[in-house]
Amino acid sequence: MITAATLAALAMACGLGSWRLTTARWTSRAPRIAIILWQSLGVAWGLATTGAMLAYAVQPYELGVLQSLIAFASGEPPRQSWDPLHVAAMIAGLAALAVLVVVLITAGVQALRARRRHRVLLALIARDDPGVPGVRVLDHPSAAAYCVPGLRSQVVVSEGALKLLSHDELTAVLAHEAAHVRERHDLVLLPFAALRRALPWSKVAFDAQGQVELLIEMAADDRARRYCSPRRLATALLRFGTAGAMPTPQGMLGVHAKNVMARVDRLIKPGPSLPATARYGIIALSVTLVTATPFLWTIQL
Amino acid sequence: MRVKGLGELERSIMDIIWAESSALTAREVGRLIADRDLAPTTVMTVLDRLTRKGFLQRTRDGRAWRYEPAASRDAYIAELMLEALDLTGDRSAALTRFAQAVSGSEAEILRRALTELEEE
Repeated sequence: MITAATLAALAMACGLGSWRLTTARWTSRAPRIAIILWQSLGVAWGLATTGAMLAYAVQPYELGVLQSLIAFASGEPPRQSWDPLHVAAMIAGLAALAVLVVVLITAGVQALRARRRHRVLLALIARDDPGVPGVRVLDHPSAAAYCVPGLRSQVVVSEGALKLLSHDELTAVLAHEAAHVRERHDLVLLPFAALRRALPWSKVAFDAQGQVELLIEMAADDRARRYCSPRRLATALLRFGTAGAMPTPQGMLGVHAKNVMARVDRLIKPGPSLPATARYGIIALSVTLVTATPFLWTIQL
Repeated sequence: MRVKGLGELERSIMDIIWAESSALTAREVGRLIADRDLAPTTVMTVLDRLTRKGFLQRTRDGRAWRYEPAASRDAYIAELMLEALDLTGDRSAALTRFAQAVSGSEAEILRRALTELEEE
């Protein structure tokens, strides 16, 4: 019972922490650390929520969650007999766990499929440009620059982007995209996109995805500024924002303008970096979260 | 231009078919890339691959097949751009993008910031 209660409290704390983190100010001063905290909150929340239900469910076994589930799977009868409440908790817990796993796998498969289709089309219609070696160019007047992540990742820019940007700005954009490729930001984003799809009614899941999207952009900006002028990166961002792309079918624009300005501001006037104590504190918290939850799965309090 | 591999060949053949207004037979396609010294079977193989991938549609014409594009080049470019600009509406994590365009009054705020930066 205590295990279940502890896990439930931890799940609540993770939910509350995520909600607080969606509006935290310090994240833009240390995007990488904020990403680590988001990831550990996500993992801990998932394991704690399902773990709380399962820990309650497997009480008749009088063992830790993991050991009980193994015993349950191998058909061993529990020490005490089942009652309807524990059976219901078992069904709910296993269903929640299955949903999380399936949603994550589905998101991964969908992303892989979308990328494969994208690559096949690029191979047929994108061209190489001697002015930008190693980059695929799409003949379209709108401005776009992106990367197709994967083992054979590709950076793509549109003709419109080439026209829009100066040489230095283009270098800055390519440095930014190279950072996405290098740090595999697509893998960071994937679970949050999956979670948002699994919990479409949850504002926290929605905001979490938005925050992580912004944070990986900031992390890529930070890496890019080592190889290019931050001011050129900022002007490139603004130029992209004002380029007037294709008409938009949905109303996500407010967030985009705010995000662009947030990135520009920190490129032009970088805030003081987070104090070392705060940084280590957050990392320690993250490590605690991702180790404590699995630990609670294996012990019975 | 020398043919590099199957991918490059698929691309050249799609370019040829996109450039023509009418459906082509394998022989006609072969003639249009005649200077590349390709075996007719190679052309047919590539046409078959492209059909299986859904990029070409074929219709019987006597003993031969006539091939035409399933969609225009521009349609595919538009498909890629929609994904690139994240306008498909599903906010998937398939691509990572540099930045997105904004509209109307918000673009004005960015435009002003850009002017300020350029003047400094």
